[in-house]
Amino acid sequence: MTSQWLIVPVAVPAMTAALLVLAMHYGYAVQRALSVAATGIQLAVAIGLFILASDGESRVYLLGAWPAPFGIVLVLDRLSSIMLLLTAVVAFGVVLASIREWDTRGRHFHSLFQFQLLGVNGAFLTGDLFNLFVFFEVLLIASYGLMLHGGGPKRLKAGFHYVAVNLIGSTVFLFAVGTIYAVTGTLNMADLAVKVPQVAAGNEALLAAGALLLFTVFAIKSAMVPLHWWLAPTYGSTSPAAAALFALMTKVGAYSIIRVYTLIFGADAGPLANIALPWILPAAILTLVMGTLGVLASRSLLDLVCYALVASMGTLLIAVGLASAEGLAAALYYAVQSTVTSSALFLLAGLMARAGEHASAKAKAYTPGTAVLGLYFLLAIASVGMPPLAGFLGKLLILDAGRTSPHIALIWSFILITSLLLILGFARFGIQTFWSRPRAADAAAAQPMPAMLTAVIAGMIVVLAALSVFAGPVMENMTAMAEQLLEPQRYIRAVLPPAATAGLVGG
Amino acid sequence: MIPILSMEFLLASGIGAMTAVGLYLIMLRRTFPVVVGLSFLSYAVNVFLFTMGRLNIDLPPIFSKEATAYTDPLPQALVLTAIVITFGMTALIVVLSLRGFLETGSDDVTLASQGGDEAESASRDGASR
Repeated sequence: MTSQWLIVPVAVPAMTAALLVLAMHYGYAVQRALSVAATGIQLAVAIGLFILASDGESRVYLLGAWPAPFGIVLVLDRLSSIMLLLTAVVAFGVVLASIREWDTRGRHFHSLFQFQLLGVNGAFLTGDLFNLFVFFEVLLIASYGLMLHGGGPKRLKAGFHYVAVNLIGSTVFLFAVGTIYAVTGTLNMADLAVKVPQVAAGNEALLAAGALLLFTVFAIKSAMVPLHWWLAPTYGSTSPAAAALFALMTKVGAYSIIRVYTLIFGADAGPLANIALPWILPAAILTLVMGTLGVLASRSLLDLVCYALVASMGTLLIAVGLASAEGLAAALYYAVQSTVTSSALFLLAGLMARAGEHASAKAKAYTPGTAVLGLYFLLAIASVGMPPLAGFLGKLLILDAGRTSPHIALIWSFILITSLLLILGFARFGIQTFWSRPRAADAAAAQPMPAMLTAVIAGMIVVLAALSVFAGPVMENMTAMAEQLLEPQRYIRAVLPPAATAGLVGG
Repeated sequence: MIPILSMEFLLASGIGAMTAVGLYLIMLRRTFPVVVGLSFLSYAVNVFLFTMGRLNIDLPPIFSKEATAYTDPLPQALVLTAIVITFGMTALIVVLSLRGFLETGSDDVTLASQGGDEAESASRDGASR
């Protein structure tokens, strides 16, 4: 089934970003209006696409009307539509929060922001492996600009690491794509899903090498141990608005793992069935442990949030590693809520640093007010997975999905112990920051909090509460999504012409 | 058994050598070798992608009346895209390392702060607003 709407989440940010570069001379008001309007349109379209995809059909857009597998295709199924909606919601919050807070510290903030959305939306929609590489590069190039936005020596040093790590990642991506193309002769994901099971006996090892190289790239993007070291210095030294948006980028890595290793190298892939699966679970558990240790060792809120993000990627990937419908559904629910939580926490870190700048010359001497304490408390609850916010339900669903796994003891003990340690980490930071005795000089210099920023953080908490209240319908949708993912024949039939799919069974 | 003087051997060993040089250089502590190492890696991957369509001599990539066989045109398009992207990235990282050198006075790639980095960057954030 074809739908023209699929191109909108890619086309709107692309055109807006270019327009914003031209609108440089018209001042910030015009840029902000354009950027907020474009993000609003993306939000509306994402809601529309979500409703469109919730009938269970996979929709296809053929770029230039070249038939698959020869042209590039965009594919919308439930998974893509959920990720698009999540991107739009977070982006809308971040763009509102950045107004007058961070967008004036350097040039082209809004333009880079829209380019970043172009890359993220494209990566979620594309049905072509090389096109996925191109969208990865688009989102990375924009993220380099956003990461360095505002400048400063620390940011430059961390930026060099970030760019270097991702350049190596891109090189490995190209090696992987080249190897896969050499063996199968195609890069269309649906076509790959047909061709991979039929791989000639002598080429299995070569294809397996390509598949695992590709997994390495996605592991870098999703900050999986041992490839997570770049995350904390990068996100910890950039501006909070950029970091809040970057919380989405780790999910692009997780999305790619889910997509490629269910569709192409999934259970139906013949000799290469579930090739990455033995690696996901151990790496995910290590990621969770490293993230938790990082939280315990953090001294600033920004570092704490970075490592909490690493820990949440670990939890999410544990659920992906279960490779069951329940596991995938729980993983997606957890991914949605943890992205919103991380973004809100990054913004909160910015709020506290911002108020601290006014309070005194030394940011550390600042004692935040009750409102900040309330927001921190709620977000800490969401992040560590305590009731009643959605983080609790997310972890509960993952534990529940783990019951049928042979590694239940490992999964349960690690998730539960690290949850306790995360509570300790967040509580310790809260005590040190909020319960230390306020200084008289600081109390006198108390500043009103930026209203928009506070409202955005509160709005994100409302989203978390809504995810918790409407967990039933949300999980129904997620379960349907997981079932759709585990029946790749439906995806393949939607993309390829009928002649190419005649040999497929099932679906 | 691949003959030593075949084109396949030449290309494979060339790719291997460039990758090895690149990997060695990116592990050094200074920005300049890292940038050169990244360039070597991207050269290696470009040649690698090019050979993915198999090595053929004197065959046209797109339609020709005299042709009896064709070479695969897709890897050439992929290489072109990859060259453009890696070129842009290399330019960016060169500028980035130059700025880093000018602002911190050292081209060391380690993150260990030489003291006052954090306060400096914070005050800069405040000043430029």
